[in-house]
Amino acid sequence: MRLACLDADALAIGLTPGMTLADARAREPALRAFDADDHADQDWLERLCDGCARYTPLASLDPPDGLMLDISGCAHLWGGEAALADDISGRLERAGMRARLAFARTAEAAHALARYPAPAPDEATAIRRLPVEALRLDPESAVALRRAGLRTVGDLAARPAAALAARFGEEAVDALHRLLGKAARPMAPRRPLAAIRLDRRFAEPVGSTAYALAVLEGLAEEAGERLAERGQGGRRFEALFFRSDGLAFPLRVETSLPVREAATLMRLFRERIDSLSDPIDPGFGFDMVRLSVPMTEPLAPSQLALEGGETRPEEDVAPLVDRLSTRVGRRRIQRIVPRDSHIPEQAQLALPAVECRAPAPWEAAPTPDDPPMRPLHLFDPPQPIEVVAEVPDGPPHRFRWRRALHEVTRFEGPERIAPQWWKAPDGALEGHDRTRDYYRVEDARGRRFWIFRHGLYGTEAAHPGWYMHGLFA
Amino acid sequence: MRESSTSLAALRRTIAALDRSRPEGDAARFATGHPGLDAAMGGGLARGRLHELFAEPEEAGAGAGMSLLLGWRAAGEGQAPLFWLRSQGSARMGGAPYGPGLAALGIAPDRLLIGTLADSAALLQAALDALRCPALGAVVIETRGPQPLIDLTASRRLALAAEASGVTALMLRIGDAPAPSAAETRWRVAAAPSAPLPGDAPGHSAFDLRLLRRRAGPDGMGWRMEWQAHRGAFGEWNGGRDDLGREGGAQPTTLSGAVVSVPAARPAAGRAA
Repeated sequence: MRLACLDADALAIGLTPGMTLADARAREPALRAFDADDHADQDWLERLCDGCARYTPLASLDPPDGLMLDISGCAHLWGGEAALADDISGRLERAGMRARLAFARTAEAAHALARYPAPAPDEATAIRRLPVEALRLDPESAVALRRAGLRTVGDLAARPAAALAARFGEEAVDALHRLLGKAARPMAPRRPLAAIRLDRRFAEPVGSTAYALAVLEGLAEEAGERLAERGQGGRRFEALFFRSDGLAFPLRVETSLPVREAATLMRLFRERIDSLSDPIDPGFGFDMVRLSVPMTEPLAPSQLALEGGETRPEEDVAPLVDRLSTRVGRRRIQRIVPRDSHIPEQAQLALPAVECRAPAPWEAAPTPDDPPMRPLHLFDPPQPIEVVAEVPDGPPHRFRWRRALHEVTRFEGPERIAPQWWKAPDGALEGHDRTRDYYRVEDARGRRFWIFRHGLYGTEAAHPGWYMHGLFA
Repeated sequence: MRESSTSLAALRRTIAALDRSRPEGDAARFATGHPGLDAAMGGGLARGRLHELFAEPEEAGAGAGMSLLLGWRAAGEGQAPLFWLRSQGSARMGGAPYGPGLAALGIAPDRLLIGTLADSAALLQAALDALRCPALGAVVIETRGPQPLIDLTASRRLALAAEASGVTALMLRIGDAPAPSAAETRWRVAAAPSAPLPGDAPGHSAFDLRLLRRRAGPDGMGWRMEWQAHRGAFGEWNGGRDDLGREGGAQPTTLSGAVVSVPAARPAAGRAA
């Protein structure tokens, strides 16, 4: 057991990350240790990143322990960079966090300056005074650079780039150029930039969720007007409730048809809130509500009926699909679409209904006079059964499935389905890719099953297994 | 006496106004296509009502097939989608709905919406929401195992929603015992031996359907019927097509099935479906 991370007090008494827990306990018996949880850390970082969306739309994660904000054109809204930094550190302190902030012209430079503070009169000098570790090379290269007497970024920058690339690789030069601002790498914001974004700030934090929802409704109406001006409707909506302690609470809904009516939207948001396992916790109050529409689609204005001005009755199931998908989860309401494969379990794909609005049509059965050749229910994976057959490569005689014995009275087959040998590397099939011999069987009580023998007797398998793959109606 | 008769008539009118379940006369019915059943039921099953189908766990395939086919008949020719709501338990035990198989039965899979709900409370809530949507053709609600939540109140709620929207509700209860409910009819479904094809191959899907209870009218009858996909309707089960005159349950005399010639077009055609 080793120490992964330490707080300021522990660092002050000389403990270091990487030390064994036993050594640390020997030095400080009152040490309180907790298990490291990378997922929880990541989750927390993501929540903080969502909270930082109040400062700039371009907020991204800088794992494992950093956040990167692109504040170009945003700082003046907060009264300058210093005021912005004060606001950020004030909020994080209220959430019990300590942060080191750094401003720089490039993301890499800001990253390095936050981790290796180098007091200097200006940014360029500060970057040149950074240690070579700031380049984020592998540890061996950093040690080699130090052995060569190159301790700072400035030392490296004074050398010809070709020699550096020859010794430490192209990436060392790239890292150096990015740090010096000669090359740039685009930032990947955690949330894509939304087409429409509406904010409402409160002078005082609001403790009531109902009031925050009422404000959201106002924003929804405003967003609807903006969408109507563009002749568009939204397919995805995201509400963010910013808490005064720096965290943000996201609420997302999705629709299968573009919408812009505030009432429809609010119904979906309420549905989403009802389905949450914990209610929304306002904490010390919300100080900002944001509604963004990340995904829009064209939506022409609809014509009212002439007489009486009544609209048509709702002739579509889209609102039902949206509501149910919002409440129970989008993966639970599905449509099935065909796929071109002869492997039975790959011949269809179940997609969320909210995504696939106009499902692909299925080919009708080519010979409708015949009974169904494919089952109504498919087991994926197939279920193993015990089969008695008169000869090993013959049809089934009786079989046992789920502890019940079925006597086969009628059968048809085999229908032989070969594995996808053209996909196998150098023609050799994997152990589980074998020819299947399918039989349509009916038992004494009239139940119809689809079973198969896995592997050709003798050539592919010494004792081919049998599986139940589907049930006919 | 006359006074009492007028007040009785007034009372009847008041009750008729209160009772929303019987608007006027008989609701529209959809025919199954099976002559015997349609004649006994006065033209088919009532549209916009709740019908219950019970099936043993071993008959899950037949039960689901019957409910979907009845739902398909109720949805009719238009584009109205069929909504199949299942519980997680059904999906785990009964297998996933299979598009090619649905298409082979004549049910267009692109008109089918499938919902898999975590528990029976969510299932009932979703069923209620679905039944309130008049754009749907029919709703099939599939449960598995005993469902204490589906009591008289819950089924009454579903029946009222179905009446208000005119969407037919078919509740398939697998492995459950009939309990008092507000359903219009109650059936027991089981698979029946099919009329065999030449070569003793299993034929068209056949069902045994028994009418357990009916709100208005006699019950207790049973029919054996066959789904004829080319007609898109149920038909008379014709076991007599079997030349050997063999009833289901009898052993085939020989098991030389491996040499039976399967029409060359069929398996390949099934593959393309």
